[in-house]
Amino acid sequence: MKKEWPLWEVFIRGQHGLNHRHVGSLHAPDAEMAIKNARDVYTRRKEGVSIWVVPSAQITASDPAAKDALFEPSMDKIYRHPSFYDIPDDVGKM
Amino acid sequence: MTEASDLIANDILFDWLLRRGDTALVLGHRVSEWCGHAPALEEDIALANVALDLIGQARLWLSYAGEVEGKGRGENELAFLRDAWDFRNLLLAEQPNGDFGQTLMRQFLIEAYDLPLLRALERSADERIAAIAAKAGKETAYHLDRSSDLVIRLGDGTSESHARMQSALDTLWPFSGEMFCGDGVDDAMSDAGLAPKPESLKPAWTETVEAVLAEATLTRPQSDFAHSGGLSGRHTEHLGHLLAQMQFLQRAYPGATW
Repeated sequence: MKKEWPLWEVFIRGQHGLNHRHVGSLHAPDAEMAIKNARDVYTRRKEGVSIWVVPSAQITASDPAAKDALFEPSMDKIYRHPSFYDIPDDVGKM
Repeated sequence: MTEASDLIANDILFDWLLRRGDTALVLGHRVSEWCGHAPALEEDIALANVALDLIGQARLWLSYAGEVEGKGRGENELAFLRDAWDFRNLLLAEQPNGDFGQTLMRQFLIEAYDLPLLRALERSADERIAAIAAKAGKETAYHLDRSSDLVIRLGDGTSESHARMQSALDTLWPFSGEMFCGDGVDDAMSDAGLAPKPESLKPAWTETVEAVLAEATLTRPQSDFAHSGGLSGRHTEHLGHLLAQMQFLQRAYPGATW
């Protein structure tokens, strides 16, 4: 029997209207306990209004070794980086 | 809003506030003893949170007690400069941690009592008591949720965890009756509309405890024998050791500050 609890990824919504953001991971025997543990481990300073947990094993990640092939080509396509527009002040941060 | 001092003698209110504050303080210290020792990192953090909540509640009750007493003692003096016979905590709170199961069972039995108590105190005729109860009630609702869940998981777990939980229940059960032993202080508080009689909390406690124990496949001990004395200052041998550690710094370095 496997003695370690499975790993869970924890996502917390900071305020209503914002996305859930990945804040870290933890071990727990099941989803319900993972929520409880997340409450204790990741919301000690009033960080959120909602918690999601996802089994880490359910995440399919890109291969770090494929970094160049995946991300590098976009660097020299300046038209993909609309950083040279003047943004009116009242728009605030985009 | 009424002030308690118009409704009741200060020494009675002081005594009653010490019961709340001391029980939270002693239990909070016990739980804090797990810090760095809990069976999993996540449990360690969760227990530290519970301990901090309890110590926070103790500060509120003891500060108020100090004001009511009117002798210039604040939360610190009351926590760190009283001896065991001046403490008014429940005997259950001072029982040693034992194994993780015993700690959880102690936590569950007290929280199942604390929650209905705090809910009733939210309707206290005294504004300050009602406000402390409202704050503490939110924390305690979560604590009880957690301890019930873990008692069920471990009780209805492996044969090893089941046996440990049953043994914890059998060990601690005789200390649970003290929670419902009302005395003159409780009668006076109840007559003044400041607090419920402890006896009145027993049905809610019994309902919670029986439901959780049933789900946890644990057997409720038959005997209703109850140790008592904590609320009037007669403690088990464990409190002195706890205080020796908790009060060491303040005793060795009087007035020490960060």
